[in-house]
Amino acid sequence: MTALDEIKIGGMGARRRRVEDNRFIRGRGNYIDDIVLPGMLHMEILRSPLAHARINSIDTSKAWDIPGVRLVLTGEMMATRNLAWMPTLSYDTQAVLATDKVRFQGQEVACVIADDPYIAKDACEAIVVDYEPLPVIVNPTQATADDAPLIRDDKENQPDNVIYDWEVGDRAGTDQAFERADLVSTIQLHYPRSHPAPLECCGSIADFDRSTSKLTVYMTTQAPHIVRAAVALIAELPEHMIRIISPDLGGGFGNKVPVYPGYVMSILASILTERPVKWIEDRTGNLISTGFGRDVYLQGEMALRRDGKILGVRMHTDADHGAFFGDAQPSKFKIGLMHSAFACYDIPTAHLTARGMYTNKAPGGVAYRCSFRVTEAMFFQERMVQAAADDLGMDQAEFRRLNFVRDDDFPHRTPFGFLTDSGQYGKCLDVGLKAVGYQDFLKQKEEAKKRGRLLGIGISTMTEPLGAGNSREYDILGIKMFDSAELRVHMTGKAILRTGAKTQGQGHETTWAQIVAHELGLPAEDVLVEEGDTDTAPFGMGTYASRSTPVAGAAVAMVSRKIRAKARKLAAHLLEVSEEDVDWELGRFYVRSAPDRGVTIQECAMAAYSNMPDGLEPGLEGNAYYDPPNLTWPFACYIATVEVDPETGVWDVLNMVAVDDCGVRINPMVVEGQIMGGLTEAYAMASMQFITFDAEGNCVGSNFMDYLLPTAWETPGYELHEVVTPCPHHPIGAKGIGECATVGGPAAFVNAVLDAIKDTGVRNIDMPLLPDRVYEAITERHDVSGAPPVKVDD
Amino acid sequence: MALFEEIAAEPSEPVPVRRVTISVNGERRTADVEPRLLLAHLLRQGLRLTGTHIGCDTTNCGACTVLFDGKPVKSCTMLAVQADGHEITTVEGLGGASELHPVQEAFKDEHGLQCGFCTPGMMLAAKALLDEVPDPTEDEVRWALSGNVCRCTGYQNIVKSVLSAAQKLQGQSAADGS
Ligand code: FES
Ligand code: FES
Repeated sequence: MTALDEIKIGGMGARRRRVEDNRFIRGRGNYIDDIVLPGMLHMEILRSPLAHARINSIDTSKAWDIPGVRLVLTGEMMATRNLAWMPTLSYDTQAVLATDKVRFQGQEVACVIADDPYIAKDACEAIVVDYEPLPVIVNPTQATADDAPLIRDDKENQPDNVIYDWEVGDRAGTDQAFERADLVSTIQLHYPRSHPAPLECCGSIADFDRSTSKLTVYMTTQAPHIVRAAVALIAELPEHMIRIISPDLGGGFGNKVPVYPGYVMSILASILTERPVKWIEDRTGNLISTGFGRDVYLQGEMALRRDGKILGVRMHTDADHGAFFGDAQPSKFKIGLMHSAFACYDIPTAHLTARGMYTNKAPGGVAYRCSFRVTEAMFFQERMVQAAADDLGMDQAEFRRLNFVRDDDFPHRTPFGFLTDSGQYGKCLDVGLKAVGYQDFLKQKEEAKKRGRLLGIGISTMTEPLGAGNSREYDILGIKMFDSAELRVHMTGKAILRTGAKTQGQGHETTWAQIVAHELGLPAEDVLVEEGDTDTAPFGMGTYASRSTPVAGAAVAMVSRKIRAKARKLAAHLLEVSEEDVDWELGRFYVRSAPDRGVTIQECAMAAYSNMPDGLEPGLEGNAYYDPPNLTWPFACYIATVEVDPETGVWDVLNMVAVDDCGVRINPMVVEGQIMGGLTEAYAMASMQFITFDAEGNCVGSNFMDYLLPTAWETPGYELHEVVTPCPHHPIGAKGIGECATVGGPAAFVNAVLDAIKDTGVRNIDMPLLPDRVYEAITERHDVSGAPPVKVDD
Repeated sequence: MALFEEIAAEPSEPVPVRRVTISVNGERRTADVEPRLLLAHLLRQGLRLTGTHIGCDTTNCGACTVLFDGKPVKSCTMLAVQADGHEITTVEGLGGASELHPVQEAFKDEHGLQCGFCTPGMMLAAKALLDEVPDPTEDEVRWALSGNVCRCTGYQNIVKSVLSAAQKLQGQSAADGS
C-alpha cells in the first residue's frame, strides 16, 4: 500500500484549478443582480447634490403620482420607525436617510420603490428638495480652524469636528532617542483618498415574509454574520428570524464590509410593502457614498545615528473620516493598525499621535485591501526609510538590511508593542536584489544619466499584521474576532464544509477543500465548500483584512483534525486493535505493527454511519472555532525600476520584482493571483487612482471617467519570487497574503520615481504621481504635496 | 398604517413599446421593449441572460461586453431597439452545451479570473480579437482588452489566458485543415 500523493488529490501545494470558475466562465455566477424573486419591487435612492446643507422641505407628491410607484421613503418616515439613524462599526452614528441636514455630497435623502428600476429612477427625479447651503469643510485643516462650522451638531458632547485624539507608544523614551540622535530625518506625506471600487457595486434584496416573520436578505456583504447581528440590533428583529445570504460577490476589497443605508432601506421597504425589494447601486452611488479608503496626512520624524542605525520614530497622523466615523476596524484602535509601522525594523522606541476629523465628505475608512490602515502605515514607513537613507547618504538596500530584525530574533516585540512571529527579511531582500540585478541597474542608471535619461529604482520592504484576532485584543462592536468551520463527512466519504468567512474572488471553494485534503486525505474534489448563508454557515467574522487563511483557514484545519480523531476510534474498531496501536498516513489508518492492515478514511466514514462501536456517537461531523494566538506576519520585498521622461513627467515601469513570504502556500496559483492583483492596485494608487473634492465638496472621481483605474494596457508585468517561512503558530504554517502587494507596493513605485529625479533635490511627490505632478517637480525643483488640486476651467 | 393607503394604483397609461427581433446566441428572440431600454437590460432582465454584467454607468468598464454581429460592443451603451435585426453573442453562447470554448478553458487553466465579474466581457473581447488576429502579440492582447476593467487579477493571467487560447485555437484549425 503506497501512501497517497497529496498533490494528486489536490492537497496543500497543488496548483489546483478553481472549482468556482466552472460557473463563472459560463456566465452562470449568481451575483446579487442576477437574483429575481417573485413579485419583486425595485428601489432607487435620491442623493444630495450638495455637500453641506439644511433640508427645509422634501416634496414627494409628484413621485407618488407616477404609475408603478409603490412607496416613497424620506428621513421623516424612517424616523417614525426609529430608523433614520443607525450605528456605524466605529461607535458612531450615520444617517440612513437625512432628516435635518445633508453632510456630504451623495448622502441618501429619499428613496423610491417601484415596479421597475426605470420607474423608480424617474420618480426620484420628481422629488423636490429645498436645500439651504451651509459652509463646506473638505480637509482636516479646515475642520480644525477656529471658525469651522460644526458638522455633527446632531450629536451631544461633540463641540468640534475632532473625532478622536489618540496616542500609542512611548513618548518619553522616544523624546530621549531624538535627543541622542546624530541626525533627524523628517518628511510630510499624504495618502490620498481612494475607493476599492469592486467591479460589482453594492446591492441587496430584502424579502420579509409576514406569514413566518422571517426576513431573508440577499446582500453584497463580506461579513454576513456581522450584518445579521447589526440588523437584529438596528431593526430590533429577532436574530433567528433573520437570514443573510451573501451570493457570489464581484469583488469586495473592504467596500462590502459596512452596513449601508441602502440595505436598511430595502429591508424597511420590504416590511412595509410585504414584497421583495431589490436595490442595486449604480457606480456613482458606489463611488460617492460607500466606504472609501485612506485619506491620511503624516508628519514623520526619524532619529538616526551616523552609522545608519534607527534610534526612534515619531509619527503624527491626521485622518479625514468624512461626515460619519464609519471605519470598519477593531474597536480598540482609533487609527486601525497604523502602529504596526516599523515592525520589520529593529527600532528601540516609537511614538504615534493620531487625530481624526469630520469633514463634509463621504464616510468610510474601510480596510481597502488592507488590514486596517496598514496600507498607510507601510507606505509611510517605507517613504520615511527612503528619505532617511537619502539624508544619511546610504545605499537604500543596505540601510534597510542594517535595521532589519534578524532571523534569530523572533518572536520580536515591535516598537509599538506587537509581537512579530517569524521571517527571513535579509533573504527576501537578497532574492529581490538579485532578481532585479541591483548593482547592474545602478551602473546602467549612471550611464543613462549621461545621455539625459532618468532611471530610478525603488525598494519597499515590510511585514504586516494579518488575521485579526486574537479575541483578547480584537473585536468589532464588542464581537470578538475569531472564525469558524463546520465539516460534515457523509457515509460515502464525500463531505461538505462551511465556514464563517466569505469568498469574493479569493477562491475559498477551491482552497479550503485543499486543507481538508491535506488533513484527511479526502480528494479535494470530494469536498463541497459553502459560505455566505447565515442559516447554514457557522458564526464567523467574514473575509477582509487578509484574515481568511490565518483564521478561518486555521479553523478548517482544526475541524479536520477533530474529524480525524474520531475516525481513529472508528479505525481501531474496524481493525480490532486499540486506538494507541493505530497510526496515520495521508488518507489511511493502519496497525503500527502490521502496516499492511489498514482502513481508509472513506471506510471510517462508512463505519460512522453503519458500523460504529458501542458507546461511540454515530456520524462524522464537527465544528471548530479558532481564536488565533497571534496575528500572522508575512514579509514582502517589492522592487520597482522605472524610467521618467523629463520632457513630460510620464514614467514607465521597467520591472517590478515581488518577493513574498506568506509562509506555506495552500495553492500557489491562487497566491500568485492575489499578489498580481495586489500589485496592480499598488500601481493604480501610485500612478492614477484617487478621489478628491473641490472647495464646494463636489466629489471628483464619481465615475470611471474621472476615477482612473488601470487597464491591461497601462498595467506593467510582474516577476514573482517566493521565500517560505512557515508561521509558527498557524496549524498549517500559512500567513495572510491577499493584500501584501497593495500595502507594500505603492512605496516601491514612488521611491523609484523619486530616485530617478533625485538630482533635482525633490524629496517628495504625493500620490498619485500623475505626469503633470512629476513634471512640475522636475521643472520647478520643488516637492508636490497634498491631494491634486481640482482645476476649474471657466 | 398610513403608508399602505398611500401606495399608488397600478399603472394606467400604457407605455409606448417597439417590437424587436434579435438573434441571440443563434436563437431568434422577439420582444416588445420601451424605446429607452438598454440592450444590457434586455439581455439580463428580459431574456434572463445574466452572464452579461453591469459595472458602471459611463461605458468604461466593459463588464457588459457582448458581440454585435461578431464585434465587441458595450451593451450598456446600446439601446435594445438598435439591436433589432442583428446578431448578439453573449457569454452563454460562447461554448456549446457541453463543450467550452478554448477561451473559456484557457481562463480557467491560467487562473485568468478571480471574482468572475469581468470575465464574460473579457472573454468576449478576447474572442473578437482572436477571430481577427489569430496569433496576437502580448501588446495586441493588452490593447484589445483595454476597454475592459478587471479589479482582481492584475491582468497578467488574463493576457496569458488569451495567448494560450490563441495557441489552442491555432492548433485546432491546423488539425481541421489537415
Ligand atoms: S457596464 Fe457597460 S461599460 Fe461598464
Ligand atoms: S476577476 Fe474580478 S473583476 Fe476581474
